[in-house]
Amino acid sequence: MSKAKLVILDCWVSPFCMRVKIALNEKGLEYEAQAEDLFGGKSELLLSSNPIYKKVPVFLHDGKPLCESIIIVNYIDETWSSPPLLPPCSYGRAQARFWADFIDKKVFDACGNIWRSKGEVPVEAKKEFIEILKQLEEALGDKDYFIGTTFGFVDIILIPLTSWFFAVEKIGGFTVEAECPKFSNWMKRCLQRESVAKVVPPPEKVYESVLMFRKMQGID
Amino acid sequence: MADEDVVLLDFWPSPFGMRVRIALAEKEIKYEYKEEDLRNKSDLLLKMNPIHKKIPVLIHNGKPVCESLVQVQYIDEIWPHKSPLLPTDPYQRAIARFWGDFVDKKIYDLGRKIWSTKGEEQEAAKKEFIECLKLLEGELGNKAYFGGENLGYVDVVLVPFYSWFYAYEKCGNFSIETECPKLIAWAKRCMEKDSVSKSLPDQDKIYDYVLHLKKVFGIE
Repeated sequence: MSKAKLVILDCWVSPFCMRVKIALNEKGLEYEAQAEDLFGGKSELLLSSNPIYKKVPVFLHDGKPLCESIIIVNYIDETWSSPPLLPPCSYGRAQARFWADFIDKKVFDACGNIWRSKGEVPVEAKKEFIEILKQLEEALGDKDYFIGTTFGFVDIILIPLTSWFFAVEKIGGFTVEAECPKFSNWMKRCLQRESVAKVVPPPEKVYESVLMFRKMQGID
Repeated sequence: MADEDVVLLDFWPSPFGMRVRIALAEKEIKYEYKEEDLRNKSDLLLKMNPIHKKIPVLIHNGKPVCESLVQVQYIDEIWPHKSPLLPTDPYQRAIARFWGDFVDKKIYDLGRKIWSTKGEEQEAAKKEFIECLKLLEGELGNKAYFGGENLGYVDVVLVPFYSWFYAYEKCGNFSIETECPKLIAWAKRCMEKDSVSKSLPDQDKIYDYVLHLKKVFGIE
């Protein structure tokens, strides 16, 4: 067992793990990221800390495990209060939680419907993906970040998923910038933050991994 | 507390709506209940929940909050002085959120498979459903409620499904009490509270509703 106080059981390409690392970086916290081999063999620590789902990320605070990335980010925000990731008022927090839930329910699956398709990508899949981004664009409006003027909870939940968008664009034959320019600007704004840039891998690296997953799943 | 304007757009058999009813009752908040016809959704519902167009929608002083887990947390934060639902300790809060999320991910979909499918698919759903309930029994342990000595977040999130258990049992031809006696004992204990018993419809009424749905969808 690591002597580090804060540990994340991690996988570099997992957008869910990226969420946790960005939150920890925002709070200026030191942590140890233990890389899990999700295909070769999950560690005993992972299997015992997350017996229900056996997935990453798992966050260990003084050895006490927590699972599910949104819950972990919430915990990090409540335990280390500065800077706050959620807005101060209850209604603002409810809005943030609503959008985090929407993102979790919709975005990754919509990506999967594109990158997992065999042969021609169905028009419906592309249409649905763009529609979801447009709904997020509308929620963003003219703001720099999702809930107000500062980078926060919803941005942290969403920005890691965008590291998979290059792969989706290549396979789907479209670009997010052309379809949703406001969203694309928000992405660039977030990626300039050190807490995010340190964590989000280059899109080409993710694309290589996606191609590998396609081979593994017999799609290519 | 100043006069609050609280409206709940709901549908009587919805376990998600029941969660909000219980939370508001625990906090002793007066509200206007509006029954929605889901085949003919009101303009108000479509305006207040344009993203998902679903019930329940909680409208507080004219502002909508959507998604039942978000609503229960919002209610708990806005009216903190009576019946706190989430613990104060951040780690315990994260654990409660984890189990609330587990219930949300599993129980509704498995229950739906139990009443709407047959044969191998139904058997698989029954098996997984019982496994999930056993995991929840494990989390409950020897406590009176998931929240400890009083109703808490996980109790509010889970107990509405108790009103659907009779329908699951009849359709699936099994006894939940035989498999999970502790959980049934917990549910009956919750039902002794007005906030729960007045928020859940009779199990017979839910079963009649399920039979009606089976007819409408042409399910045997």
